[in-house]
Amino acid sequence: MKGTRDLMRLKLAQIAIVLLFPALSFAGQAAESPPVPWWVWPVVLFVFCFVLGIIAVLAGVGGGVLYVPLVSGFFPFHLDFVRGAGLLVALAGALAAGPGLLRRNLASLRLALPVAVIASSCAILGAFLGLALPTNIVQICLGGTIVGIAILLLVSKNVERPQVPKQDPIGAALGMHGSYVEYTGELVHWKTHRTLPGLLLFILIGVMAGMFGLGAGWANVPVLNLLMGVPLKIAVGTSKFLLSITDTSAAWVYLNQGCVIPLMAIPSIVGLMLGSFVGVRILAVAKPKVIRYLVIGVLLFAGLRSLWKGLGL
Amino acid sequence: MPAEAETPREQVLYANILFYGCWLGILIMVVTYILYISGLLTPYVPLENITRYWSQPVSRYVEGAGIPLGWGWVALVGKGDFLNFLGIVLLAGLTVLCFLTLIPAYLGQKEWIFAAITIVEVLVLILAASGVLVTGAH
Repeated sequence: MKGTRDLMRLKLAQIAIVLLFPALSFAGQAAESPPVPWWVWPVVLFVFCFVLGIIAVLAGVGGGVLYVPLVSGFFPFHLDFVRGAGLLVALAGALAAGPGLLRRNLASLRLALPVAVIASSCAILGAFLGLALPTNIVQICLGGTIVGIAILLLVSKNVERPQVPKQDPIGAALGMHGSYVEYTGELVHWKTHRTLPGLLLFILIGVMAGMFGLGAGWANVPVLNLLMGVPLKIAVGTSKFLLSITDTSAAWVYLNQGCVIPLMAIPSIVGLMLGSFVGVRILAVAKPKVIRYLVIGVLLFAGLRSLWKGLGL
Repeated sequence: MPAEAETPREQVLYANILFYGCWLGILIMVVTYILYISGLLTPYVPLENITRYWSQPVSRYVEGAGIPLGWGWVALVGKGDFLNFLGIVLLAGLTVLCFLTLIPAYLGQKEWIFAAITIVEVLVLILAASGVLVTGAH
């Protein structure tokens, strides 16, 4: 019985992958052909984002990082509106996940707050920079970043519980320590080190999050885990929660500048959230590693396409 | 007896506000979107025209469709498209609300550094939300 259910869930994951490509191909073709009725786009976008939500969870990446390169690459929307919607997609996902992570101590307010001040201030700067620079320059930078993220996902080896022999003075002054309970019942205490270089890196992460509307989990987790020595579970949980703060500041900039078109933003947000819920259920029983590699491949392709578009080739 | 990791009280309060606010925001977004696309509320920019604008830079959309910047949308909240901003703004404003609850909590615990950090964060978010900062969008 359980085996049949596992098989069904695995099949669902495969169907999600199979559905993604026709949606992309339809969007790509329709974008270049004569006008399509307005209602087609929200429907296609909703289905696409639903599938994207499933895949993002299975691949262990955030929705925003897939949404921006794929939607800007294959749909007819201008990058300004895609970034605005991308930030809202990442924000809604982070807000929905936040309560559970905070209650179970898998996200730490003490770790997130100092980082959030830096990242959210810089995200505002990044958002203004992204809106002021010519589109082709942003597109080229986005392409380069996406290719970099794909490589990072491929080579980055996060550590479950990094060894932190002694906490540094800044980490100690900011009270960056805590504890959580493993599924085995074991109580795990953690603390940070190399806090200053970690905090400085969040300047760059904030600017990039605001400039490209990507969310920044792909960068938050390695910095918290590999550099600052935060256990992987806390790094992932705090990173997700952190997005709810960083993306809020950048999202306001895009919102105030007219970069949010509800007709495309809302199906994207709702579709991706529903897809994430389904993805979590599938993930509970099956974690097909092949999907992660497939997503890395799709990111590489989308990044190169973005570079191609930006260079006007 | 199983091990327990203590969750600070202010963290639980933050989580509770986030939980109810987030789902309320999403519910409002879904309802207002249905009102919008069903045509029950006339939009400010006709649905047929939106597709002409969304493939162009934001500056052309703002100028061509006469889109208000900053909080100018509030005056148009009776229109189907701008009604959708209620849910979006609730989601975008939740973090400020949550941070406001942290300030008295940290002050009460004499956690001066964290109280200061929280106040700075609230100011940053309010500055971003105010619409005071403007850019010459391309």
